[in-house]
Amino acid sequence: MRLGVQDLTCVRGGRTVFENLSFEVKKGSGLQLTGANGVGKSSLLRILAGFLPPAAGRITLEGADDETPIGEFCHYVGHLNGVKRAFTVRENLLFWSEYCGGGDIDPALETFNLLDLSDIPAGLLSAGQARRLGLARLQVIERPLWLLDEPSVSLDEASRNILASAIRNHTRNGGLAIAATHLPLGVKFAHTLELGAEAH
Amino acid sequence: MHAFIRLVARDVRLTLREGGAVSTALGFYLVVVAILPLGLGPDLNLLSRIAPGVLWVALLLAALLSVERIFHNDLEDGTLEVIALGPLPLELVAAAKALAHWISIGLPLVIAAPILALLLNLPANAFWILLLTMVTGTPAISFLGSVGAALTLGLRRGGLLLALLVLPLYVPVLVFGISAMNAVITGPASFLSSYLILCALTLATVVLAPIAAAAALRLSLA
Repeated sequence: MRLGVQDLTCVRGGRTVFENLSFEVKKGSGLQLTGANGVGKSSLLRILAGFLPPAAGRITLEGADDETPIGEFCHYVGHLNGVKRAFTVRENLLFWSEYCGGGDIDPALETFNLLDLSDIPAGLLSAGQARRLGLARLQVIERPLWLLDEPSVSLDEASRNILASAIRNHTRNGGLAIAATHLPLGVKFAHTLELGAEAH
Repeated sequence: MHAFIRLVARDVRLTLREGGAVSTALGFYLVVVAILPLGLGPDLNLLSRIAPGVLWVALLLAALLSVERIFHNDLEDGTLEVIALGPLPLELVAAAKALAHWISIGLPLVIAAPILALLLNLPANAFWILLLTMVTGTPAISFLGSVGAALTLGLRRGGLLLALLVLPLYVPVLVFGISAMNAVITGPASFLSSYLILCALTLATVVLAPIAAAAALRLSLA
């Protein structure tokens, strides 16, 4: 599986955020997006996930059939965790697993250190714990392309290490990961793309 | 199909667990219906004549209170993004969520209607017709409401705008629901012709509304 982006242009609210952006991410490698606030890191990830229609350009995912939207091959972890406060930690993950046809949730609970919290309503979790729950989705449902928007926000150091090893495992197994981040994640990414660099 | 059922079940469970929505709708329905005879006086003939209209209009307003929640909570906590990347197209997501709204809010209101009808001296032969027309018409309320909810998604205090958008669309359902009931209570019009139009309205809404709601959802996800 290989992600190719050609001449992508993003316009939001009449303002051109970036234009003619081309890059590719090969099987089993990661891409780190960097750049100042407002250069379009989040917009790029939302375009890749299919939420935001690009003003121009093409996105291709080799190894995927043309009928299925790219969104169904990717995990998107944005600024929000996608956690239902009224459900317990286990119910949250169980729903995602059943809805997306994923597997067992216990390994993910264990990896992200949530087993002790599994019967607590997600509304009672701290910001970092809720973030871990949001990230645990990555492991419950197998998808080749991970789009991570500031994934380490509100995580403590131990949790950051868990996330880093999850990303390493994913790329080692042939997955693709694109992460927009300011903080070092502790993962060596094969590529780095600095958005907005050409403007200066 | 599996994912569709899961999504409906999740939304129903969430609504019941969070509690507020169902009891607010039922309480509102009770208060509106109970307050009207106080204002109109104890004229039983008048009350039984206006009972179908009052029961329907109050039900619309009570259902409208919670329509905003169909998508709003999911957008706010980010679950809508994850659902959108799931196996269901957004049209089916919108349909599932509207259906869940009908099951969790519409049906309890329908079940409460005959009890509240006692307050309005609804003729005894009309109770079954009341239930029948309401069960038939309320899905249209949830599905039309889902379009309004999707359009006003992300707006601050979108609730009032939602009511302005959606209430005019409810008029056909209201007209034919009430006329089907009046046909039975006072005659001489045919019950079946009004009832069949009500069925057609609901069926058309169930098919078309999710398409419109999904288009609006795409805009608010962008």
